[in-house]
Amino acid sequence: MTVSEADQLVDFEATIARHDRIEPRDWMPEKYRATLVRQVAQHAHSEIIGMQPEGNWITRAPSLRRKAILLAKVQDEAGHGLYLYSACETLGASRQDLTLKLIEGRQKYSSIFNYPTLSYADVGTIGWLVDGAAIANQVPLCRTSYGPYGRAMIRICKEESFHQRQGFELLSTMMRGTDAQRAMVQESVDRFWWPALMMFGPPDVDSPNTEQSMAWGIKRDTNDELRQKFVDMTVPQARALGVTLPDPDLVWDEERQAHDFAQPDWDEFATVVKGSGPCNAQRIAHRRRAHEDGAWVREAATAFAHGGLEARSARTSTSVDESGAPAAQRGLEARSARTSTSVVARGGLEAQTSTSVEASTP
Amino acid sequence: MSGVEQEWPLYEIFVRGKRGLNHVHVGSLHAADDEMALRHARDVYTRRNEGVSIWAVRADAVVASSPDEKDPLFAPAGDKVYRHPTFYAIPDDVPYM
Repeated sequence: MTVSEADQLVDFEATIARHDRIEPRDWMPEKYRATLVRQVAQHAHSEIIGMQPEGNWITRAPSLRRKAILLAKVQDEAGHGLYLYSACETLGASRQDLTLKLIEGRQKYSSIFNYPTLSYADVGTIGWLVDGAAIANQVPLCRTSYGPYGRAMIRICKEESFHQRQGFELLSTMMRGTDAQRAMVQESVDRFWWPALMMFGPPDVDSPNTEQSMAWGIKRDTNDELRQKFVDMTVPQARALGVTLPDPDLVWDEERQAHDFAQPDWDEFATVVKGSGPCNAQRIAHRRRAHEDGAWVREAATAFAHGGLEARSARTSTSVDESGAPAAQRGLEARSARTSTSVVARGGLEAQTSTSVEASTP
Repeated sequence: MSGVEQEWPLYEIFVRGKRGLNHVHVGSLHAADDEMALRHARDVYTRRNEGVSIWAVRADAVVASSPDEKDPLFAPAGDKVYRHPTFYAIPDDVPYM
């Protein structure tokens, strides 16, 4: 470490100690940057993959009202993913690289989304329990030490509240319905309770990164603290709904002023995280297909954007350099050399740029 | 395919929350061109009436001060306390000031 780096580290530590925010162009330790990229990318991927389990029910929503709500919610998840990708890019990550890392399985997303949605009640349960757990996780992150991440979390938390409430309302409507509907809700809650508890990550004793992340102000609470908070908030809500949480050990502990509860199956958690959960392969295959099927749209939009430039430059360009090419066209040429399709779309430039296209094609 | 694909340029998005307020930076997004940047900004940043006007600026067109130079850059304001109203002692019995 050089002298100036040592000074910068002192500045960095002082900013963290003041509970002030670190901003994108500030100096930061490489490990702080890497930890944030990993955490924010994982968070962004979770939002994007999280569209799938609920998207599964859009065409089968029981009413227009429910369909409009579900569409809005799934669109929000896409938006949340974009806020977070945008925050991650301020750390120097590239969007394209992040997408590739997701579909190649080199970065993770929350294991909860590897469970299937088998009934419409699951849409409600995901809103109530899964988004409820996400809120418990995310509210403290609004005060995380990295500015762009905290600002993204503030926007997300405002919108998550709608997600949780629509889920609770959906379930409470079903609970006032027929016996079959009530049974459907209970069965759904039974399936999602343990995976929801897993969302907070492994127990503190098995979470090696927690201590450093808390020292840096990236995380504000430990996994076990957040899990406890979630259970304590959820029990009275379950009572109001009239559902049973599937844990016989769940009791109020007068002394601790908190609920005692059993641990989820951490072996199952490890299996799902490693890629062998019920839907891991399906989720990634779907994301990959969406990305690859969208390639022609992205290419067409790029070609259209450049074509628009060309048309404008043909009308207005007057400046000409030594080689005789209008200045605007030289800019275009450099750009078109990067994408083969836009070159094909413009036959006139093809001859001029063919060598550079080959050079830039891996 | 993905190795060849060129990433769309990055735009910084500013939203005016309502009339009478400044545009405020809300985040960034990728778009192929200016028009798409505005459309994406509407979908990503104003799904709940958060704005009445959007500015989209190519990120590579933004000029920014460097955090490393913040001390010398902002130093001229540091020792000019007389620019603040609280610098001036006014007797308590002088009204409206």
